[in-house]
Amino acid sequence: MILEADHIGRRHPDGQAWLLDDVTLAVEPGTRLVLTGPSGAGKTLLLRALARLDPLDRGEVRYRGQAIHHDAVPRYRASVIYLHQRAALMEDTVEAALRRPYALNVHRQRMFDGRRAAEMLFTVGRDAAFLEKKVAELSGGEIQITALVRALQLDPTILLFDEPTAALDGPTAASVEQLIDRWLAESAQRAMIWVSHNEAQAQRVGHTALHMEAGRLVRAPHAPSRGTISRGA
Amino acid sequence: MISPCIEYVANTMQQPIELSAWQLSVAVSLILISAAISAALRLGLGQRFLLAAVRTTAQLLLIGYVLKWLFAPGRGWYFVLAMMSAMTLIAGISAVRRNDRRYNGIWVDSIISMWATSWLMTAIALFGIVQVQGAATNPSWCNPRYAIPLLGMILGNTISAVSLSLDRLGHELASKRDQVETLLALGATRWESGRWAVQQAVRVGMVPTINTMMVAGLVSLPGMMTGQMIAGQDPGQAARYQIMIMFLMAAGTSLGTFSVVLLGYRRLFTADHQFQPGRLRKVQ
Repeated sequence: MILEADHIGRRHPDGQAWLLDDVTLAVEPGTRLVLTGPSGAGKTLLLRALARLDPLDRGEVRYRGQAIHHDAVPRYRASVIYLHQRAALMEDTVEAALRRPYALNVHRQRMFDGRRAAEMLFTVGRDAAFLEKKVAELSGGEIQITALVRALQLDPTILLFDEPTAALDGPTAASVEQLIDRWLAESAQRAMIWVSHNEAQAQRVGHTALHMEAGRLVRAPHAPSRGTISRGA
Repeated sequence: MISPCIEYVANTMQQPIELSAWQLSVAVSLILISAAISAALRLGLGQRFLLAAVRTTAQLLLIGYVLKWLFAPGRGWYFVLAMMSAMTLIAGISAVRRNDRRYNGIWVDSIISMWATSWLMTAIALFGIVQVQGAATNPSWCNPRYAIPLLGMILGNTISAVSLSLDRLGHELASKRDQVETLLALGATRWESGRWAVQQAVRVGMVPTINTMMVAGLVSLPGMMTGQMIAGQDPGQAARYQIMIMFLMAAGTSLGTFSVVLLGYRRLFTADHQFQPGRLRKVQ
């Protein structure tokens, strides 16, 4: 077990209501978990909680058996990357955006590999000129692609995707899925959780599926296998 | 033709002209000019001008009486200390009151920053620079003629610097929340993700002081220097005092903004490198 959430919960800041209600979840090497559920069910909050981006009101998130606190958090987030629904790129060009993480202390041992980035971008139908493109001129889909490549090049162990293809057309979405498949295939240790509203995509990319409703995981972990994803999104 | 004027100057160097209530009322009546412009342009500022006129007159007359009482020979040091504390508290509170984005603890942060930096600067001025001599019964540092005006001027500058910094910190972090979170998600530490907001906030607090120092004496004669010259002080000495004040204010605002921004940053980011924009609230 690489990543586990142990009865985690998060309250609404103003009230007693639980936004994330007693969620227990385990991610093993090779896990391909799809998370479905209506808007506001807490899917994003669950991913954010797993990435330790939000404080918890109860429970614990453990990585390789260890609770993650203080100085361990940035290193943990370098291995378990949460990809925002709306990624923010503050840099000038695509290449600058891709280089940005290497300026962070946690990645300073690594170096930006332009050829590798270009190759990944090629997979999703973008040529080498894309690297020079101004971030301000990117479409919503291109921003998602850039953010995805930026995360993949860091070789994370687990990726937490929050609708990574929401702004993409069909063929590009398929090529993004292919890129993610390739990343997963590179190491047996890798795993992912994918929030999706698209039933067909959920069936394609996930091996297991969980459904969220009002902050709770409705389906027990590990239960369903490929092709048995509940509807309700 | 010139000689009477020179004599006149020589006389006033000894003794400043005292303003009577009648003379003062001439100045106060100038508010009618502002009121007339407001009326002509229908700015609707008439009432506020009236209130401002009453407040500034009443507040200054009152502080004049308070200080006269405080400056009286043999007044105990605890009165001076109480006065200085009250000034510092009011400064800390007013720096926050101008802000519309607040977080829990912002009052404490502002008062702590204001207190630590302005008192440090005043202490340096009193002990290290001016070296006020005191009587045996009355320690030198509490000579209110020096301590109160020095503290007041440092506070006045620090209020606006702290206020500007807090405003910018809140604004930057609220508007660029996605960028902060994106960096954190990639493994940035809280400092790496929030550093630029801290930099912007400290910078915006420090710039007005730099600008003031740039034009000091060119565009306007600073208040303290003007006051000392009217009071009969030699302009060369008045300029020296003003130079000292400028550097005290520069150091005070820099330290004050740096302190308040760092304290605010620590409240908006947790030790687990989490950003807490929910702690920033808009107030009306």
